[in-house]
Parts: sequence; structure tokens; C-alpha cells
Amino acid sequence: MTRIVLVGTSHHHAPIELREQVALDRDDAQALAARLAAGGRETVCLSTCNRTELYLAADDAEQAEHDAVAALAALGPEVEPALYRLQDGAAAYHLFRVAAGLDSLVPGEGEILGQVRVAHELGTIGPLLDRVFRQALHAGGKVRAQTAIGQSPASVSSAAAALAEQVFGSLEGRSILLLGAGKVSEQAARNLRSRGAEITLVANSKTERERIDEELAAVDVVIASTNAPGLVLDASGVAEALRLRRGRGLVLVDLAVPRDLDPAIGELDGCYLYDIDDLEQIVVETLSGRRREAERAEAIVAVEAEKFHEWHASLDVVPAIASLRARAEEIRAAELLKAESLLGRLDESQRRAVEAVTAQIVNKLLHLPTVRMKQAAAAADGVLYAETVRHLFGLGEDER
Amino acid sequence: MAELLFWPALLLYGEAAVGYLGDVRRPGRAGRVATWGVRLGWLAQTALLAFQATRDDGFPWGTWASSLSLFVWLVVSAYLIWGCRRPYRLLGLVVMPLAFALLVAARVGGGTGNGSVSHYSNLFLVVHVGLVLAAFAGFTLAAALSGLYIWQERRLRTRPATILRRQMPALATLDSLALRTVAWSVPLLTLGAAVGLVRLVVRGERLDALIAVTVATWLVWCLYLGLRLLGGWTGRRAAYLALAGFALVVVVRLALPATHFA
Repeated sequence: MTRIVLVGTSHHHAPIELREQVALDRDDAQALAARLAAGGRETVCLSTCNRTELYLAADDAEQAEHDAVAALAALGPEVEPALYRLQDGAAAYHLFRVAAGLDSLVPGEGEILGQVRVAHELGTIGPLLDRVFRQALHAGGKVRAQTAIGQSPASVSSAAAALAEQVFGSLEGRSILLLGAGKVSEQAARNLRSRGAEITLVANSKTERERIDEELAAVDVVIASTNAPGLVLDASGVAEALRLRRGRGLVLVDLAVPRDLDPAIGELDGCYLYDIDDLEQIVVETLSGRRREAERAEAIVAVEAEKFHEWHASLDVVPAIASLRARAEEIRAAELLKAESLLGRLDESQRRAVEAVTAQIVNKLLHLPTVRMKQAAAAADGVLYAETVRHLFGLGEDER
Repeated sequence: MAELLFWPALLLYGEAAVGYLGDVRRPGRAGRVATWGVRLGWLAQTALLAFQATRDDGFPWGTWASSLSLFVWLVVSAYLIWGCRRPYRLLGLVVMPLAFALLVAARVGGGTGNGSVSHYSNLFLVVHVGLVLAAFAGFTLAAALSGLYIWQERRLRTRPATILRRQMPALATLDSLALRTVAWSVPLLTLGAAVGLVRLVVRGERLDALIAVTVATWLVWCLYLGLRLLGGWTGRRAAYLALAGFALVVVVRLALPATHFA
């Protein structure tokens, strides 16, 4: 039977210095998968900033594992001790958890599902890896649809964007004023832009005060992170701008320490002010929420992994079932031929009736053995049952 | 038959109210079960109204209690347009306990039983009672949306760490939905009330307290529309005005009907 082999490393096992040695872009990942697929093997290479994993489906699992380890060790000689090796059900279960975001640094992050999809598309795929990757994508999608694991923000920048969405709905076409341009404020602005908002002004110490006041009356979101020792915007200045806004809401995000925005701004009607502490507390809370949801997600993944295990195990008995059915069909056809010569010529409707009745008898007789063999396969007795059926019914003896 | 349809409707509305309460504590399954309660309860009440209409050879809204039952059905119908969407589940916490309580009140008043043939013509009932009740259902929903706006706005300003735990509609969405709902409801009330007033004048009958408060209600909602569309009112101020308008709807629906239906 074809086996599934997984060799890889991730943020759980290797620090960034090791992971970057084996990190591959799409083209390199595709090329590596194609190289390892030589000899009829199926191979998928999943490489992200947190993990590089090789999935292989091969008859010779030992050789496949050896080749995968060698391929990764060739990229980074020091990475070998940090490699994990899994096979069959364990490998599939791991992939399902990865696709569901349960193995990610931030539980439930959604990007990994797209990365698994791309790896699947770029891999050298056959029936087994195609099945396991499709089912993993299904499990990942189900987890995202049926749990709230991916709905809450996992960083200060995404929390700021989520809060702006709570005020405005879609951020498409909304405008942003950046006061200062620190790393965190850039991330927040990037997050808002990815949701359709636009930066209208990046103000620094040289920007004229009138220009900032003018923008304040027009923009929807203000992100502040300057190095100024005191307040950059006070409540009276914002109140002045609010008069020109005709009731439109204004979201202000203060990422600076010491703070750039007067806390009294939060008291003004239509102003929603968040500082770095507010955002960090929201992230801590949502991460704990994600961990709670992860329990439900684990249950979904376990069910999907069990379904895959049953399907994979049934492959042990599929040839025996096919032979048994072919043998039964052969006997049925032969007996019908004999009956036709004994009963004389049958008209078309009589022939169809006899065909249907005999086919039904065969199907009913074989139904229970088929089900039992599949059940036995899931319980690891499949090979024994398959051999017994072959022996009892003399399957394959003619070929010998 | 009416009994067989009333009790499932009432129990399912009650189940939905409890389910939405559970959804506040832990969003998820309780909210989904509650939403199904609303859907199935609405179907049962629809069947109840249809049965009453067949039995009475006309629409069952000729009395205060039966019109209250119809009002509940209209409110739940309007809620179902958005209520099935996850961010709007919290709206159910306002709407469903109200629907449950009003259906009980309608039952106590005899409006959900087999009923009797109304002495009003069907055309008058459809145009006057039907339109006024549809408008009131719209105002109820607009008030619920406004209440949700005020609650969510307060949370956004007080900045609790749990603010993003629950999926909620954006403030801008709630504000705009409330306005659209009122913009549909005011013309319905205008038409329905005008028909009633014409009939009053033609028959030479006198104004009663309910008619006076209905006119006041109409004025408040017209003011709401005017201030929003011409005065640039948005957000919290508009939401409070909607709640004031709804308070008058409650008075019209619950406190004064005896003077009118008698």
C-alpha cells in the first residue's frame, strides 16, 4: 500500500536562524517537489515563514523519508536535528491541524489555509496526496466557518483596523492621517490599506499645523506614533475640526509612548480614541478567545482526520473487494447464459427483469462482506480479511 | 387548530428569547438555535393567522388583541430580514422577548383564538390597520437598531478588552439601516392614518386619545426623517430620537387601544 511520509520543521522545533535556511519561495518549492517526485512518487512542499514541510506518498516509505531528509539537509546542514518525521495517519492529522491554523504561532491565523492551497496546486500530486490535501483544506475551511477562531485580531495593528471597521463598516475609500511614521504605525496603516483605506497625509515635525488641521476635518482615521515629548493633538483642536465634520465619526489610534493624543479627545462626541494599552488588552483577550475556540477546532480536525484514516485504511481491502465483485459478476453472467439456453429465448423485458434480479441478489450477498471488510480495514485487520477473502473465494488463483 | 398553532409559535419565540440571552454569554450555538426558533415560530404564527383568516372569512385584526398578534408577526417578519445574519443576533435579544410578551398579551386579550367575523370591511382593515401596524413594526425595528447603536457606541467609547469578542454590525451600518427602515415606515403610517381620518370625518365620529397620540407619533417620526435628511443628524442623537418615537408607539399599541377599538 502507498504510504504517506512527512518530513519537516517548524517554529516549534527550529529557531528563525534554522528555518530561514530551509525556507523556499514558490518556484523553489515547486522544483524541490518535482525533483523528489522522481520514480512515480507524489510530493508536496509546504514552505512558509514558520515551517518547511515535505509530504510524500510512496510505496517505499523508508526510502521516501530518507530522500526528504537528505533534500532538507542539503538546504541547511544544521537543520537535520530539528526535523520531525511522521507517517500515514499521524502525517495526515498534522496537515489537518496545520491547515486549520492550530499549529500556527497565532492559533487560527487564516493565511496558512491559502498557503496549503498553493502548495497543493504546485505539488506533484497523485490520488493519495490529492485526497489528503483536499480533505485538509476542507477541514481548515470548516474550522473557520464553524468556530470563531479566526475572527478576532491577533496583533495591535489588526486590532486597530478591526476597531475602525466597527465604526465605519467597510474601510473601502476611507482616508487615513498618519502622524509620525514608526514601525507599528506603518503596520497599522498597511493593515488599513489592505482593507481598502487610503493614506492622505504622513505628517512629521516639519508639516504645517494648518495642513494637519485641514486633514483632521476630512479624514476618517488618525494614527499617531511620533517621538514628540508632549501631546501632538489636544481636545480643543480636535473639537474645532469636529465642527466641520457634520457628525461623521473619527477613529484615533495613539501608538506612541508618551502619548501623542490628548485622552480628553475620547470624551468628544463622535470620537473613538484608542491608545496602545487599549489595543494590547484587546489582543490579549482575543488570543485567549482563540485558544478557547481552538478546543472546538481540534474536535473538528479529529473527526476529519478519522474520516481520512478510514478512507486510507480501506485502500488495503479495495483490490480484494474489486476482485470479489468481479468474480461474482463473472459467475452471474455465466449462469445467465446457461439459463437462457435452458429457458429458451427471452424477450427484452424478460431479459432485463432477470438481469435486475440476479444483479440484486449478487449485490445483497456482497454488501455485508464489503462493509465488514472496510470496517476491518479501519481497525487494522484489513490485510488479514483481504487474504481470507482471496483464499475462500479463490480470487487471483487463475492468474497464478 | 388555533391552539395547535399558537402554542408552538409562543414556545419557539420564548426559546429564541432565551437562546439569544445564552448567545450573549457565549456566542455560537445558542444564537443559531435561537435563530431557528424565530424562523419556525414565525412559520407557526403565519399558519395561525392564515387559519384565523380562513375561519373568520377575513383578516383577523378587527380587535385590539388580534391586531396585536398581527403586529407581533410583522415585527418578527421585519426582524427576520436581518436577524438571521450573525452580527445582528443581538437585535434578537431586544425583539424576541418583546414578541413573546406581546403574543402573551394578545392571547390574554383573546386575539389568538378562533376569533369572530369583524364588523369592519376587509378593504378598510387592510389599508388602515394593515398599513399602520406595518409602520409601527418598522418603527419598532428602527428603535431596536437604534438601541443596539447606543449600546455598541458606548462599548466603543469605554473600550473594554472584550469589545471584539462578539461580531457586531458597524455603527455606520446600524445608523443607515435605522434611517432606511424609518424612511419606509413613515409613508405607510401617513397613508394608513389618512385613511382612518377620512373615515372618521365621513362618519362624523370624534377624535380619541389614541388618534391624537398616533398623530404625535407621526410628527416625531417625520421630525426624525427631517432632522436626519435635512439637518444632518446622525449617530447617538438620532438614535435617542428614535427611542423617543418608539415610546409613543408603545403608548399607542399598549396603553390607549381600549379607547379606539371600543
